[in-house]
Amino acid sequence: MDRRKSIKALIAGTVSAGTLLEACKLQDKKEEKKADEGAAAPADGINRMKEEAAHDASVRSATYFTADEMATLRILCDIIIPRDEVSGSASDAKVPEFIGVIVNDMPQHQTPMRGGLRWLDMQCLTRYGKPFSGCDQRQQMEIVDEIAWPKKAKPGMEQGVAFFNLARNLTASGFYTSQIGMKDVGYIGNVPNQWNGVPEDVLKQYKLAYSEKELKECISFSA
Amino acid sequence: MGDLQIKRQQKKYDAVIIGSGAGGGMAAYVLAHAGMKVCLVEAGPMFDPKTDSNQLRNPWESVRRGASTKFRPFGDFDGCYWGWRIDDEPYTQSGKPGTTAWEWWRARMVGGRTNHWGRISLRFGPRDFKRKSIDGLGDDWPIGYEDVKPYYDQIDRLLGVFGTNEGLENDPDGIFLPPPKPRLHELFIKKAGGSVGVPVIPSRLSILTKQINAERGQCFYCAQCGRSCKVYGDFSASSCLVIPALKTGNIDLVTNAMAREILTDREGLATGVSYVSKDDMQEYQVSGRTVILGASACESARLLLNSRSARHPNGLANGSDAVGRYLHDSTGADMGGYIPELVDRKRYNEDGVGGMHVYSPWWLDNKKLDFPRGYHIEYGGGFGMPIYGFQWGIEQLNGSDAGILKVPGKQAGGYGAALKKDYRSLFGASVHMAGRGEAVARRENYCEIDPGVVDKYGIPVLRFNTSHSEYEIRQAKHMKETFAELLHAMGAVITHGHKDDEKNNWGLHAPGEIIHEAGTVRMGNDPKAAPLNKWSQAYECKNLFCVDGGPFVSQADKNITWTILALSMRTSEYVVDQLKKQNI
Repeated sequence: MDRRKSIKALIAGTVSAGTLLEACKLQDKKEEKKADEGAAAPADGINRMKEEAAHDASVRSATYFTADEMATLRILCDIIIPRDEVSGSASDAKVPEFIGVIVNDMPQHQTPMRGGLRWLDMQCLTRYGKPFSGCDQRQQMEIVDEIAWPKKAKPGMEQGVAFFNLARNLTASGFYTSQIGMKDVGYIGNVPNQWNGVPEDVLKQYKLAYSEKELKECISFSA
Repeated sequence: MGDLQIKRQQKKYDAVIIGSGAGGGMAAYVLAHAGMKVCLVEAGPMFDPKTDSNQLRNPWESVRRGASTKFRPFGDFDGCYWGWRIDDEPYTQSGKPGTTAWEWWRARMVGGRTNHWGRISLRFGPRDFKRKSIDGLGDDWPIGYEDVKPYYDQIDRLLGVFGTNEGLENDPDGIFLPPPKPRLHELFIKKAGGSVGVPVIPSRLSILTKQINAERGQCFYCAQCGRSCKVYGDFSASSCLVIPALKTGNIDLVTNAMAREILTDREGLATGVSYVSKDDMQEYQVSGRTVILGASACESARLLLNSRSARHPNGLANGSDAVGRYLHDSTGADMGGYIPELVDRKRYNEDGVGGMHVYSPWWLDNKKLDFPRGYHIEYGGGFGMPIYGFQWGIEQLNGSDAGILKVPGKQAGGYGAALKKDYRSLFGASVHMAGRGEAVARRENYCEIDPGVVDKYGIPVLRFNTSHSEYEIRQAKHMKETFAELLHAMGAVITHGHKDDEKNNWGLHAPGEIIHEAGTVRMGNDPKAAPLNKWSQAYECKNLFCVDGGPFVSQADKNITWTILALSMRTSEYVVDQLKKQNI
């Protein structure tokens, strides 16, 4: 169901909020494939001033990371967010591609990311004689474990910790703002609906209740 | 540039209005409905929320996943064009010792910043107009609550606002639509407020929980008022004032028109406005029987100061030398954290309206405190749409030492399936609060014309000279103490805003950051001290008016939009009356 039509229908009272929610869910399913096809998909249809549109075009078209850097980034992203029983991996959600684009929009991340990737490669080269992407999984996890836990990292690994923190934060930003990640974390808003207060069972769980005053004064919708 | 010439429009309007936000939009609405012919000059492009809002977009539709840019400091889907920086339109700072740089927000679009504001619609109370009589600081307004109340009543009905009548002396009752029920974290806040003596009552937002007319739909609870509303379910000057006013046929709207100067005749009266078109970079003049400034407090002051003439050597209507002075913003300080009890919450849609469902009006007596003016508290938290920055810095949150996730011996940071579980656990468990207080308007806080800098249109720019006084700093300290008390009462682990101290003025925001600029074209009873009389009419140029935040003598701890609207309606009705009587 077209969202604009659905809003109109909701306002006109011709559709109940429940029907509408179902319609939106159906539509979301149809869009699922389309939406995750790539962070760098052009022409997003978002309202833009002409100054922003020009900036966005340059953000989308620029390429910062080399193919080797992207390959390493992809491995790292999937270590941070792997596939599990709930959802897919960072690369399933096109997170590496997102990071490739976001550094064009936020150039402050460029040097820390490029330098961090090289720091990682140099550590691996010294220890294992190969860059990170050429190491076997055991070697990769050995070095990751030395930089992934800020409080127990050994002296001398601070730069690696700072890099991994940034990589973790960017990966999470990319993943949880994708359709896969948003579903994983359980955000179920962004649809026309009627807010009728905290569900009964949740109020009970936290031993809370609406006051008489609230129930009298606040807007209510019959289910 | 060889053939640069000024194009003069022949038509003479009843009024030329500069700016189409809350003030200018309301003036256009009132004048057009009274049958007056209006030219509405707006520095940005047309914007109609119905077609232009980014409402209901998902984060992955944005190349930067909803992150902010200089074009949209409140995020990629936000409904406001531009913000604290505009390309090729600089402003400068005096840089004098003890000053704090003013951060100047400028919207460039039909409807101005009302396309994205928080919709917090608070009436000033009787005490807010008479602060000098109470604490000896600043000045009293030349008008009182009783003068403005009829206009508050009218805009409540015309534009819609939800809330509850609580019978509070300085937070007056209104004509309210029903508020939404509190969300889960808001019930925690309410309970905590009860235990530490901070009142928590339904918020007052101009959002339609019930339909009020055929032109506007009712709220469908997407929490995205900041993007502007496609069904006009909240108040924006574009959707609720300018677009309806255009339908009267009495308005010529000129967009992308950057006002340069207010034109005057030999008697010193306003004859019109000159502007540069951003579309063709040509110079234009438009004439009117009156000129109404609604360009924003600082932009209106800039226009007056840039409109010098033999009759107005210190800038137009500035014999008082008060234009640009008494510049002040709301104060602001914040704190927030996580509620361990809310870890691993049950999922449901709690978007609600765009903004808080409850707030805390000022509840203490300043006579018993070491700062003279109050503040209110705004609240946030719960499940929000994930956007860029989602749980950024989780390495500070997910270790057992942080005290949020109750897993013994758990190390912070990490990766993998365990990390994914942490993101799920923390989602929706955060809570935060922001104080918004009244700063004392002071003559020595001002903007003036920078003698050495022009923007790309050749218009001299503003230079700011603003500082915080001890009053604002002590107020911020009190905010922080209150926030910590509230957060502790609800068992929250405080994760941000708690490390501020006297060295950084207790986290007090830079002036301008709260985006409530006011005071620069003040009203007053004494023409030697104020540019405007009590009708917001210039003493020295009787057909010139100001309807934005400029006329404010003080701005209470109430977000100023609802009062801008009320005062603009009052002034606009006066303009209509004076035009009809041919007094101007």
